This record gives sequence, structure tokens and C-alpha cells, in this order.
Amino acid sequence: MAILIDETTRIIVQGFTGKIGSFHAQDMINYGSNVVGGITPGKGGQTHLGLPVFNTVKEAVREVGAEASIIFVPPAFAADSIMEAADAGIKYCVAITDGIPTQDMMTVKNFLRRFPVEQRMILTGPNCAGTISPGRAMLGIMPGHIYMQGNVGIVGRSGTLGYEAADQMKRLGIGISTSVGIGGDPINGSSHRDILEKFEADPETKVVVMIGEIGGPQEVEAGIFAKKHMSKPVVAYIAGLTAPEGRRMGHAGAIISSAGESAAEKVAVLKELGVTICPTPAAMGETVAKVLAGM
Amino acid sequence: MDIHEYQAKEILSGYGVKIAEGGMAYSPEEAVQRARDIGGHIWAVKAQIHSGARGKAGGIKICKTHDEVEAAAGALLGKRLITHQTGPAGKVCGRLYVEAGTDIAKEMYFCFLVDRSTERIVMVGSAQGGMEIEELAENNPDAITKIYIEPAVGLQDYQAREMAFALGLDPELLSHAVKTIRGCYRALRELDASMLEINPLVVTRSNGLVALDAKMGFDDNALFRQQKISELRDKTQEDPREMAAADRGLSYVGLDGDIGCMINGAGLAMATMDMIKLAGGEPANFLDVGGGASAERTEKAFRLVLADKNVKAMLVNIFAGINRCDWIAEGVVEAVKKIDMKIPLIVRLSGTNVEEGRRIIAESGLPIITAETLAEAAEKAVQARNEAVQGA
Repeated sequence: MAILIDETTRIIVQGFTGKIGSFHAQDMINYGSNVVGGITPGKGGQTHLGLPVFNTVKEAVREVGAEASIIFVPPAFAADSIMEAADAGIKYCVAITDGIPTQDMMTVKNFLRRFPVEQRMILTGPNCAGTISPGRAMLGIMPGHIYMQGNVGIVGRSGTLGYEAADQMKRLGIGISTSVGIGGDPINGSSHRDILEKFEADPETKVVVMIGEIGGPQEVEAGIFAKKHMSKPVVAYIAGLTAPEGRRMGHAGAIISSAGESAAEKVAVLKELGVTICPTPAAMGETVAKVLAGM
Repeated sequence: MDIHEYQAKEILSGYGVKIAEGGMAYSPEEAVQRARDIGGHIWAVKAQIHSGARGKAGGIKICKTHDEVEAAAGALLGKRLITHQTGPAGKVCGRLYVEAGTDIAKEMYFCFLVDRSTERIVMVGSAQGGMEIEELAENNPDAITKIYIEPAVGLQDYQAREMAFALGLDPELLSHAVKTIRGCYRALRELDASMLEINPLVVTRSNGLVALDAKMGFDDNALFRQQKISELRDKTQEDPREMAAADRGLSYVGLDGDIGCMINGAGLAMATMDMIKLAGGEPANFLDVGGGASAERTEKAFRLVLADKNVKAMLVNIFAGINRCDWIAEGVVEAVKKIDMKIPLIVRLSGTNVEEGRRIIAESGLPIITAETLAEAAEKAVQARNEAVQGA
């Protein structure tokens, strides 16, 4: 099962023939992902990495039945590529690109909302490491080998901190159903809450780990959703205990700009909502192990 | 990116927002000249620093004679102003804005923001001006009006009118207010601003609507298409280390602690700093070296961290994905040799090619302390720091 992607998902790469797109497309193919082609406007009809190149996403949907897309297009053009995917009927899109202007993302979100819910493309990212359903498919730039297949779902803003969580769990023999990076930007495709909803509906996922950080309202919204609508336990860690107010910590969205956005405040609210808090970032694995043992 | 008040006013004036007459000065003589040019018998001499709450910090002086203007300018130029937004280091005032005094009948608060939770632009206003919006939100939240704008259709006149009435403006001022609000919205959208604040927006005794202060912040990700805005950058208002880092493609934030950090990924960097704190230490900085940590980049990152003389120990934590631990290890070994590092270094590697990376560190013969896990790395860093401090 897993969520969002599996070994059958037909994947295309937008920004396919560029250096970064090529590198990661090959890596995804090596992992076993079902990559069926790619898009580079103007290079349609060529073959790259043994796969067809298309001028438009619509062609790829028509010719090879593309269902999911991953975007490696530079920041100035990425919003346009996301909207092209949505309009062509792609069901799930991962935007890897870092540095997309916030107002462009506002336009993208507004564009996506125009589609009826059942036809609306799911977007994760931008500025993320992508999504992996270990042993099945990888739609991202993560090191696939650090993930073990299993029953724990991961949703997080950060790439490397997500790797750290998966690695801690693997050391304890705990595997992952799907790990989803939602990215570090202030306006992103899917929120923590959106992904929790998918994990709740996935019979294979038993526990969900949410890796949040300072800034924005999404961790608390997710906590409220978990309390109201989830039967599965949620374990959370919020990064940025030492972050001073008003300073951006790398991610465009990681900034404490109003009340309730600090790590300590988010942790306090999540605790109250019944979410299990990892006392330290080194204890993500142990905390999940304890929760699993108690089930 | 932030800009100065005078720059924001110049921009807004181009969008139809009324401002008081004023001019720039870099010396007391120039300040007096500006006051003469403006005329009248009352002027505000305003320190131009990237921060709000300048008034409370003594950065705005009201003067009634040219001698007072000269004295105020002399006192402000070169002065370090500390507000709650600048942090304890404060910001040095290098330029002044001399403005005609305004006869204030009423002060209001007004701003536009990109709102993360609704993913829309929000317009915020209050008939109670002259206060920080945070204070107002805490003490009197009902006095604040928020109006959300649908980005596809943009700001509508009825929304601008709703705001004008919420600000308690006289109906006579309505069309002027709508024009002002529309101008601000266009500036925010066209220039990729993330915030635009007029605090206070004032009604003068002659019944005009004037932006007495103006503050604008811009989306760094959009500067590539906002050439004119990029040119407004005042590097004297930014932390030199952070700028040096940005020029090298690194993301650095200086903090008060003494354990230097070099990490890949913003989330892992924050988590590692948390771990240092939980182990009893204090991080000296946030530093994300990103995905492609080449030997050259690693050396630059080391130099950046070590340029902070408070640093008593340094922790490197890399979880290699696209990166490879062996490349990182080679970069670290090279950097340590080149820089002739005098303080303890703790290295934790994980991920792709980790065995090879650890072997390179072990065989380098350098006194590098290694750790396998995040917890171990933080504990060893704090321990090494404590020993270094006691030994000194």
C-alpha cells in the first residue's frame, strides 16, 4: 500500500535533460521507480536515458500514461511547470526546486484550488527531498538505501533530518511505509495535516512521525487534526529550540515571526493535543519503538 | 531583504501614496541644508536603520531650529541604535532622512502581508496607531481589522473602503484612502514584497492622509526579477559574516554560544543545535552547507565558523545523500590541515559511503574526535568545549 507512490506509479521528470534532472532520474530508475519519460520543451521526440522526451506534460500523459511528476526546473520557471502538470491531469507532483518566489507559490495554490477536489493534483514541496515508499518507488533525491520498508509513516519539512529519523529507526529494525518531504518554504503544496490524513487512511501505516520546525501554523493544525480525526499515534519532533526570534534559519519558512511559532510553544500545544513528543532529535527512533511496543 | 524608510517612501510615493516632503543627509551640514530646502519651522530628523521602533530607541528627533537639526544629525550619525528588532548588537546609523514636520490629527496602523496560513495577501489595519502591532494584538485584538485578498482577482475597491471605514476615516477622505490602499497593494504585488507597513498612517490637521513611516520587506527568492529592489540593498545594515556566507552560497546565522557548527540541511542543522543545547552547550552559529559540499566549500565553511573568536569547539554533522561521506571527509581533512585549526573538532558522518569517510578521518592522523550518532556527537562537542575552557 504505502501512500502517494508505489512500484506501479508511472513517473515523468520535468527538467529531464538538465544535469540535475538526469542525475536524479537515473538514481530513481536504479532504485526501481517506474520512470516512463520526461519533459524538456523543444526536445520532444528525442530519447534520454533510454526513455522518451516530450515537449509538454499533456503529451506525456497521452503517450505514456504519466501519473506522477517530479520537478527539477529552475526557480524562475518552476511555478509554471507545476501548473502545467496540474492542468495535464498529473495526480501527484513533487517539486524539488529551492528558491521559488512566495507569490508564485500563492498563484500555484490558487490555481490548484480551481480544480474539483477529486481531480486536483496533490503537490508536495517545493524545496524538499521528495517522497519514497521504501522497496517500491522513490520520487525524490534522497539516499534510497537508508530506508527500510515497514509500517511507520514520516512527514517532515527537512530532507536530511528526515534521513536522520529513518536511519535511527533502521538501527532499531523499524521500517518506513512512506516518507514524505513537504519542504521548507512558507507556502507549500501539502501541509503536515494533509499528509497525516493520507497516512490515517493507509492500512499499512501504524504510526506517523511528524518532523516539524519553527515558523508557521502547520504543525499545530496537524496536531488538531490528529486529535479529532486520527486513530493512529503521532510522534513529533520540532526543530529550532535554539533559534532566536526574527532570524531565518536556512529554510525560507523557518522563522519565528509571531506568537506560537517557536519550537517550545509548538511542543506545548502538541503535547496538550495528545501527540507524543520526542524529547531530543536523537530520540526519534527510540520514541517510535516505545509507541510501537505499546500497541 | 529589508530597505530603509526613505527608500520605501520613494517607492510608495510612485504608487500614489502621499508622504511629507523630505530628503537624505549623510552629514549634519547636509541635514541643515535639507531643512532649509524643505522650509517651515519644524522638522523630523530620522535615523535610517533596518528596524522598526526607532522612536523608542531615540532614533527620531523633532527639531524647531536649524541648530537643533544640526545637533540631532550630529548625535544620530554613527550612533548604534538598539531596538527589540535589532537584537543586542543594534544597528549603526549611517544616513538620515530629514522630513517636514507633520501636524497630526489622528494616527492609524496599516499593513499588507503575505499570510502563510491562508496563502493569501492580508490587509491589516487599526484605528489605534503609533503602537507596535504585536502590542495591539495582545492588548486589544478587537481593534484590529483583517481583510483577506483573493490573489487571482486582486484587491477590490469595496475591500479598500471597508478598511478605510475600519480605520475611522472621515468620508471626505474615502477616495484618497482607496487610492492609497490600492497603491500599496500594487507595490506589494508588482515588487514581490512580503510585507509593507505604514505605522503610523496619519490624518493631518488640514485633512490629508500621509504615510508618516514606511517599512517594506522583500522576498529574497524573487530578487532575481526585481533588479531595482536588489540595488537598494544597504550592506552596512546586515551582519558581515552572514553576507560573506551568502556570497559563498552558504546559509549562516551568528548566535551567542561558543560551539561552532557545520551541517548539511537546515532541519538537521537546527536539530543538531537543539542537541548541543540539550547536552548543556550553546551553539555559536547556524550553518547549512547544503547539498554539494565540495572540499573548497568545506574549507570556506570552516573559515567562516572559525572567524567567530568565541568558538571554543567545532562540530561537523553531515548526513550524506547526494553527497558522499568520503568526499566530505577528504574536504574536512584538507581544511583542518590548511587552516591549522587550534580548537577541538568533532565530526559525525552518516549516510552514503560512511565507512570510507570514517576511514579517511581515522587515517589522517589529525586529532579529530569522531562520533557515530547525533547524541554522541553533541555530548562530545560539549565535553571538548568544557575541557578547552577549563584548560585555558
